[in-house]
Amino acid sequence: MKTLNWKVLYFIALLLFVPNKASAMHIMEGFLPIEWAIFWWAVTLPFLILGFRSIRKSIKENPETKMMLGLSGAFAFVLSALKIPSVTGSCSHPTGVGLGTVLFGPFAMSIVGSIVLLFQALLLAHGGLTTLGANAFSMAVVGPIIAYLVYKGATKAGWSFSVAVFLAAALGDLGTYIMTSVQLALAFPSEVGGFMASFTKFAGIFALTQIPLAISEGLLTVIVMNFLKKYNVSELKALRVLTKEAR
Amino acid sequence: MKKNLLLLGLVVILAIFPLFIQKGAEFGGADGEAEEAIGEINSSYEPWFSNIWEPPSGEIESLLFVLQAAIGAGFIGYFIGYARGKHKSKKTESPSKHVVNR
Repeated sequence: MKTLNWKVLYFIALLLFVPNKASAMHIMEGFLPIEWAIFWWAVTLPFLILGFRSIRKSIKENPETKMMLGLSGAFAFVLSALKIPSVTGSCSHPTGVGLGTVLFGPFAMSIVGSIVLLFQALLLAHGGLTTLGANAFSMAVVGPIIAYLVYKGATKAGWSFSVAVFLAAALGDLGTYIMTSVQLALAFPSEVGGFMASFTKFAGIFALTQIPLAISEGLLTVIVMNFLKKYNVSELKALRVLTKEAR
Repeated sequence: MKKNLLLLGLVVILAIFPLFIQKGAEFGGADGEAEEAIGEINSSYEPWFSNIWEPPSGEIESLLFVLQAAIGAGFIGYFIGYARGKHKSKKTESPSKHVVNR
């Protein structure tokens, strides 16, 4: 028992004092060749416009959901600040975009996610401006779209709301990192084995690390949804998240 | 609420578990590892742009991370209080026994 305690202390100390490079997910500043940086920016921009329109429409139709939008943003802020250790022995952080996706649809989070990424790029040297297009594409475009499709699919299949939310958030999170691996593999194909070899390598780093975190993100999203289901039924109905049948 | 606590407990377990099975791992960032992988694949690649501003030390960096989490958590706390308060005042209009469960 005693040795166990010391081990816990040791690991906590390790976590606190081992200087870690800015950890987690994003492609670091300058680590995408310029043509790819521009390419991903170009791909992401239309989604930002869609996102802006989608948010404007939501707020116009249901002004009372402004707070919910704030909550979605705050949730993404908190979750992407949590660097959580993973089974691979490295750290990464969840994305937190699943919640807003279920509430506001697949495009609204493109803006919210990009704001989080911009904050981290400017203030934390985490990710970067040149790679913001690529990072936003994976975390704020692909992640939410996957989450949305999973959520819709699970609901159609008749699974419970909680299960649908859990799967959406978890798979959206995982999808984000798989996309990041794809982006890096495209930019850095291996001399032997090309894209696939590189992809396997990057996915081994990002996606494997992310699996327990994706589960955590799913669980946390369900917790918030449980709260909303209890106290914000009218807003959920306005957003057509909950249909007539309560629960 | 019980269910939520259970879920939260699971999250905590998921976060602590790696510390035990990965003894002596560094727990650095996954993107640091990606940097090394890029170096292995294409050793001639030089980053062509660097962050405009970097936190001058690990302390400052952790301050900013905490700030990010605190801003978010602050809003979430506000939201929860607001929603519960609104919910409660609606409840009191129609007399029913509303028990605040904690």
